[in-house]
Amino acid sequence: MSIVLNPEQTMLRDLVSRYFTKNYDFDTRRAMVLGGGQWRPEIWKELAELGLLGAAVPEALGGLGGGAVEHMIVMEQVGAHLALEPYIETTVIGSKLLDFLQKDVAALIGSGIIAGEVRLAFAQSEPRGRYNLSVVETKAAHVSNHYLINGFKSVVVSAAHATHLIVAARTGGGARDSDGISLFLVDSAATGISRRDFLLIDGHSASDVSFENVRVEASARIGAEGSALPILEELYDAAITASCAEAVGVLQRLLDDTVAYSKERKQFGQSIGSLQVLKHRMVDMFIEVQEAISMTHLATIAQEWPAAERSLAVAAAKVRVGNACRFVSQNAVQLHGGIGTAEELAVSHYFKRATILENLFGSVDHHLMRFASMSSTKRKMPMELS
Amino acid sequence: MHVLQPFNSHADSDFRASVRAFIANKFDAGMRAKTARQAGLFAESELAQAWHKILYEQGWITPSWPVQYGGTDWSRSQHRIFAEECAGAGVPVISQAGIKLVGPAIMRYGTDEQKAFFLPAIRSGEHEWCQGYSEPGAGSDLAALRTRAVRDGDHYVVNGSKIWTTHAHHANWIFLLARTSVDCKPQAGISFLVAPMASPGITVRPIISMSGEHEVNEVFFDDVRIPVTNLIGQENDGWTVAKAVLADERGTVSQSQRLTLASSQVKTAALSELADDGGVLADDAAFRLKFASLQIRCMAIEWTDRRVASESGGLSEIAASIPNMQKIQASVARQDLNELRVEALGVYGAVDQRAGLGIGATDSAIGPDYALTAMVEYLESRARTIYAGSSEVQRNIIARNALGL
Repeated sequence: MSIVLNPEQTMLRDLVSRYFTKNYDFDTRRAMVLGGGQWRPEIWKELAELGLLGAAVPEALGGLGGGAVEHMIVMEQVGAHLALEPYIETTVIGSKLLDFLQKDVAALIGSGIIAGEVRLAFAQSEPRGRYNLSVVETKAAHVSNHYLINGFKSVVVSAAHATHLIVAARTGGGARDSDGISLFLVDSAATGISRRDFLLIDGHSASDVSFENVRVEASARIGAEGSALPILEELYDAAITASCAEAVGVLQRLLDDTVAYSKERKQFGQSIGSLQVLKHRMVDMFIEVQEAISMTHLATIAQEWPAAERSLAVAAAKVRVGNACRFVSQNAVQLHGGIGTAEELAVSHYFKRATILENLFGSVDHHLMRFASMSSTKRKMPMELS
Repeated sequence: MHVLQPFNSHADSDFRASVRAFIANKFDAGMRAKTARQAGLFAESELAQAWHKILYEQGWITPSWPVQYGGTDWSRSQHRIFAEECAGAGVPVISQAGIKLVGPAIMRYGTDEQKAFFLPAIRSGEHEWCQGYSEPGAGSDLAALRTRAVRDGDHYVVNGSKIWTTHAHHANWIFLLARTSVDCKPQAGISFLVAPMASPGITVRPIISMSGEHEVNEVFFDDVRIPVTNLIGQENDGWTVAKAVLADERGTVSQSQRLTLASSQVKTAALSELADDGGVLADDAAFRLKFASLQIRCMAIEWTDRRVASESGGLSEIAASIPNMQKIQASVARQDLNELRVEALGVYGAVDQRAGLGIGATDSAIGPDYALTAMVEYLESRARTIYAGSSEVQRNIIARNALGL
C-alpha cells in the first residue's frame, strides 16, 4: 500500500500551505519569540475557522472525519513554517483520544477542539521515567466516586496554554509495571495543580507540573482502570508520526536553504555549491530527506494497522527520521558556515526545531531498542507484510 | 473522506497468489539446489538460461515491455509484486543486458528490421547479450572511450577493447559504444553498434574477481567488421542511446526487493550462531542493534520504492532522481547485509568455500550450511557500489538533476 492523496486531501494541502505562507512569515515569528511570546491565539482561532482543527475529528462530532493522512499534510506545513501552536497535543493526540472517551465527554471535547476552545497537553513523562511509557510514579488513589492524583510530570509541552491535561497516573502495581496505569483528562485549572513554566530552545512553551491531591471525578478516567498502557501507546504512536511529518517540513526547508545558499556564496572565486565535496554532502542530505518522507508515509499508513505492527513501523520511522534530523540540521549549519550559527538567520531556528524533534517522544536509541525488542526475529517485519 | 487508497486490491492478492504458485511449481528442488550454490552477482549461464526459458514459456520474461513486443499489461503494483515474489523465492538472477538494456534501446531507436530480428530472439533467449561500454581508460568517465569504428563501405571496422563485460564468455551478441568521429566533443562522436560475439577478430579474456568468481571479462576488437545495418540509432548519436540505456540500467540494478532475502539470510545465521555469553547471537545486544539499524534502512528503501510507485503523473525532477538514490542506498544496504552475515558466522566466515560453489559442485559447506555463499557474496558485493555508475557518479547526477548544482 501507499499514500495517494484524494482530491479533498490535495485541497487541504494547498489550503494549509497558502495559509501558513501568508500568515506565518519568519520575521513575525522571530519577533514574537524574541519578545517572549510562545504562540498566537489569533492564529489558532483562524486555524479553527479554516476547519483544520477538526480535520481528524469524526464527522458525527462535527469534524471532517479525516485521520493520519490529514495530520501528515498539516504537520509538514507546521514544520516548514516552524509554527508554535499546539497542533500535535490538541489535534493529533486529542482527536485520537476521542475514541476512548465516554460519549458525552467526547462530544464536548470534540466540539471544543474543532472550535479551538479546548487545548490539550500530554502530561506523561516523569523525572525517573526517561522515555519509558510504563514508568509512572504519579499516583491516582480511588476514593469512592473520585480519584486523588499526586505526583510530578516533566517538561509537559504547551501545558501553560492547555485547558485540559491528559495525565497518566498509577492506580495499581509497581512504578515500572505495565499494568496498573490509568489515564485521566484533568481540567488544567483544577485545585492542587501547580506549574513551573519555561521555554524550550525553539520557542515552544513547556512546564513541570505538580499534582497535589488533585481531585478528579471517576468519569474523567479514560478507558478502564489500570489498563491504559495500550491507549498511551496509541496516542504516542500518533504523536510520533505527526512529529515525523513536522520533521519532514523542517528538513526540507533546511535542505532548500542550504542548496540555495551554496549557489550564492562564493569562495575561492567560485560558488561553494560547485565544489564536489559539498555537492555530495547535499545529496546525502537529500537522501536523508527523501527517506524521512518515505518512513513518515509508512508510519502514517501504519496508524490503521494492529497495535504490534503499528508500533514496529512507528519505531522504525522515528529512528530513521531522528537520524535524518541530526544529519540534515548539522550539515545545514556547517555548509552555511559562520552565518549558519547566527540567530538572525532562519537556518538556526530550523536547526533548533530539528534538534528538539530528534528527541521528542523518545530518542533514536530508545526507539531503536524498542524496534529491536519488538522485531525479535520471530515477528515479521513490516516490509515482509504483503 | 477516504483516508487511504489501498495499494493492494483483491486483484493484486490474486495475482500474488498466482505468481507464488507458478514459482513454487517451476522453481523446483533441482533448480533450488543449484541456485543455493550460486554466490555471484548473476546466476551462471546454464541456470539463468533454464529459468529464462521457463519465464519465456509462461509469457513473463519481459513483463515491462510494451504488449506489442511481447510484454504484459500489468499494473505498476503487479510489476512490483512479481519482482517481490521472484526476489523472495530467490530465483536465479538473470543478466539484464538483453531484456532491460539493449531490448528497450532497440525498441526506441532501432529500425523495423532490427526490431523484428532482435526482439523475439531476446525474449526467447536465443540471443544472450553482453554490454560493451567500459574501457580500461573509460570507467566513470564513459565518454572518454577510445574504441574506434571506421566506416569501410557497408561495414564499420572496429578496433579497441572493452572491460568489465559481464558474461561475455557466455553471450553470443554484444552491444557496444565505439567512436565514429574524433573531430568533436567526446559525446558527439560515439555510435551504438551490435555484433555477434562470433565475429572474426573478437576475443575474450576472463577477469577473475577477488572472490574467485568468473563473471566479467575483457573483450578485444581487432579489425572486427560490423555491417552498418547493425548501427542502432544514427551514426555519431550513440550517446543518446547510451544514456537511455544507462538510465534503464540504474533503474534495474538496485534490486531492492532482494534486500528482504539478504536480510533473512542474516537472520538465519544470527538465530543459529551463539554469542560469547552462550545466548543466541540474534539476542546479543551489540549485534541486535546493528541488525535493527540495518533493517530500518532497508525499510526506508522499500517504502521509498512504494511511495514512488504510487506517484501519479509526470516525473518531477526529484522523482526522476529516485532511481539514482535507490542505486546508492540499495547497493550499500546489500553490502552491509552481506558484511553482517559474514560477521555472524564467526570463525567460519573466513573459510574458502569455492569447492562447494557452482552448479556442478557437490562438496558440502565447510561449517554450517548457511556459511556456503556468505563470504563470496560479501566479496562480490563490493562491486555493487561501483558498477552501473558508482555511488559517486550517482551523487553527481543527483546534485545536477534534483538540486540544480
